[in-house]
Formats: sequence, C-alpha cells, structure tokens
Amino acid sequence: MFKRDPEDCPLSQEVTPPPPAVTEAERDELRRQGILLTSLQELYTWGNSHSVWPLNFGLACCAIEMIAASMAKFDIARFGSEVFRPSPRQADLLIVSGTVTKKMAPQVIRLWNQMPEPKYCIAMGACAISGGPFKQGYNVLKGIDRFIPVDIYIPGCPPRPEALLHGLVQLQKKIQGFKLTGPDAPRHLRDDQPCNCPVPEFGEHDLEPPANPEVWTAPPAIVRKD
Amino acid sequence: MESPEQIRDRLLARFPGAEISVVTNPGIAAQHSLLLGAAHARAIAEFLRDDPTLKLDQCSNVTGIDWPEKEIVETKNISTPDPANPAAPPKVVEQKTKRLQLGFLEVVYHLYSITHRHGPVIFRLRTGNRTDQATVPSLTPVWRSCEFQEREAFDLFGITFDGHPDLRRILMWDEFKDHPMRRDYAEPDDYEWEPTPHGTVLEKTKAHYPPPPALVAAPTVLPAAPAAPVKGATP
Repeated sequence: MFKRDPEDCPLSQEVTPPPPAVTEAERDELRRQGILLTSLQELYTWGNSHSVWPLNFGLACCAIEMIAASMAKFDIARFGSEVFRPSPRQADLLIVSGTVTKKMAPQVIRLWNQMPEPKYCIAMGACAISGGPFKQGYNVLKGIDRFIPVDIYIPGCPPRPEALLHGLVQLQKKIQGFKLTGPDAPRHLRDDQPCNCPVPEFGEHDLEPPANPEVWTAPPAIVRKD
Repeated sequence: MESPEQIRDRLLARFPGAEISVVTNPGIAAQHSLLLGAAHARAIAEFLRDDPTLKLDQCSNVTGIDWPEKEIVETKNISTPDPANPAAPPKVVEQKTKRLQLGFLEVVYHLYSITHRHGPVIFRLRTGNRTDQATVPSLTPVWRSCEFQEREAFDLFGITFDGHPDLRRILMWDEFKDHPMRRDYAEPDDYEWEPTPHGTVLEKTKAHYPPPPALVAAPTVLPAAPAAPVKGATP
C-alpha cells in the first residue's frame, strides 16, 4: 500500500488547486493533434477506475445476477471488471450480493479486512442494503453498512445485471473524482482513517456489538412537518 | 394403507402397556396422527420401519411445535331445583371452571414408504414441560434423515433428543442462548425506521419513534346537527 510521509505532506495543510493552465477545450484540440496532456492524479484515478477487480463471492440470489453480468450477454469485461478474483488479497471490490445473516456477517467483514487498499464495496440488492424482506427477522443483518463502509448501493430484489453495471459505472465515476492529496483524499491515501473494521463477536442474543459506530449511526426519528 | 386406528391396535398388540393414542385432525386435510409415549418410541419406530406391511423406510420431515401454557375455560350448565317451589322449572346456572394446561413441546415425524409407495404415517412425541424436561428420545438411529432435522428442532425449539449422535446447533451460532421459534422468544431490540409499518411492526415503530404531530382538524363542511339536550347539564 502506498504510504505517504505525514511530515512531508501534512493533512492539515490546506491545498488549494491552482486554476487549470490549459482548459478542457484546448486539451481536446491538442489530443486531436496527437498530444496528450494529463496529470498524475488523472492517470492514477483513470487506471484505478478501469481495473476494478471484484471478489468472486456470492451470498444469495443477487449473486446469480452478478454471474449473469459477467457472462457474454451483459459482459462486465467492457468496464474492466471481468477478473473475478478468488482471493480477497487480489480483489479491489467487494460486491455484497445477497442476504447477510448474522451468522455470516463476521466472515463478510473478515473478507473486507483481508482485501488490500484501495478497496470498494457495493451493497447489491435490498437485503445487503437494509435486510430487505427479512428486515424484521431475528437472524438477518439489517444492512451490511452497519459494519463496513459502502460506496454504492444498488436497489432491487434482485437488481438486473444492467443495474449492477450502472452501479459499477457510478463507482468508476466516484473513483475518478478522487483527489490524491488534501482533506478530500480517499481513505487509502490518508493516515487518519483505519482501513480495517472490527469483526463482531457472536453474542448470547445478537452480534456483539450489533453495529460499528464508526461507519453507522441509527437513522434519526422521522417526524412529519405540518 | 392401514388407518392410524388400525396401526394403533396392531402396535398395542405388539407392545402391551405402551402409551399410544390417536390425535384426530379436525381440519380438511384430516391427517390423523399417533401420539406415542417416550418410553416405547424407539422400539415402535423400529417396528414401523421394519414391519413388512408398513415398511415406513423414509422419515421425510421432523417438525417442532411449541405449546405454551394456556388457561382453558370450561363452561358447564348446572340445573338446581328451587327448594321453595319444587314445581317450578329448575334454575340453570352456568358454571365456568378455569384449568391451567401446562406447556409442552412436541415433535412431529412424517413417515413414508419408498418400498410400498404409501404414506404418510404421522406420529408425535411430547416433552414433559418446556423447561427442564424438554427431552424426547432421538430417532436418528432409526432413520438417518432425522439427524439434521432433530438438530434444527434442538436449535430453534430447545428440544433435547436423547441418543442423538451429534446434537449441536445447526442454524444459529453455538454461543446463542435463545430458541427463536418458541412463542415467548424476545428478539434483540434493534428496530429501525421503515416507511410503511403495519401489524406487529407498527407496534415496534410506536415504541421506538415518537408519533407524528396530530393534524389540525379541518372545519367540517356539513352543518353540525343540533345537539341533543343533555339532561342535567347547565346551559
């Protein structure tokens, strides 16, 4: 993992981006003439966003749609994500595709912790977002975002492969908006944010703790305004 | 195939002294079942499996049922003749007696015969109570297919199967203490707001979130009917 020296570039230092010396229209004109102008940040995020390798990991029926998205008809390879890695050590993207039971949740979080930075998480389908139809059950986690940070939520039950591809494109746009330095830098380029999430223990009645307070807070009471 | 009554008679002839009774199903399915005592259950199960006319060689289903403690009110009409006027018709008094039926747990087995292509034969086993005598004999040594299903009943209902080769929780984790399918199970209090609650979920919503402020009542369009004068009210 790329580690930045905190003394060399402290986070508190305010980085104001200088105005672009060359405008977008001028760059397009130059590109037509065969001259490519770019910055390190653009190259870095361009490379990152077009080689997002998902973890070969499915939980329920959403995984069937995920498999369909990787096959010839939908062809996730068009977006550079065809390499489903069988090991979390080689994967960039955790697609939580399906119902996360409380018994399975520690294993999902352990997989997330085993993935190297930069890593991203997509919550695919109603179950991974909120528990879905099993939300009121005693044995289903009410959303994987209680324990790990989620980048993209894809609603649906299950979402169609097109929806997964759309979510992947949204994730690529998010990656392309990353800044390499400054206070807006993503988690993997900062020292003050942990990349691991604590794994809950199996308790006598529920998971202990039932949520990770660093990434999740209970939704506020919704009171109708009159 | 023989009816449950015929099977019961044959079993009573074979196992004198065994507790066997027929539990009738009043529903439209009319699948009557046999209620077996725990003492002879294992021997009866082996008989049902090996008997040449029944040959119930497959146990397809093991189900747990929780019967919590309940109060049964019995109504009885008692007619007492009037001692002062014996000619008058006797006074009928309705007498209600309350009886507390202790709770118990029940296991239901569904048997089929692959050899003779008949079935199901259903029988039940009952535990003494729901706490310290929640034990029935395991039938895994008789039908191997009972193994996981008896573990499931152990996990979700807390029924202990005596003689089971590997009695562990199968769905919930080992550290879990509750039995979620029991009727008095209280699930962890982690309710979260949802947009359209109803039924029991609505009750949870009320407990966790303040009710929305009441809407200001709109003035009624229809002219109000003249109120009836209230007796004793001061004008």
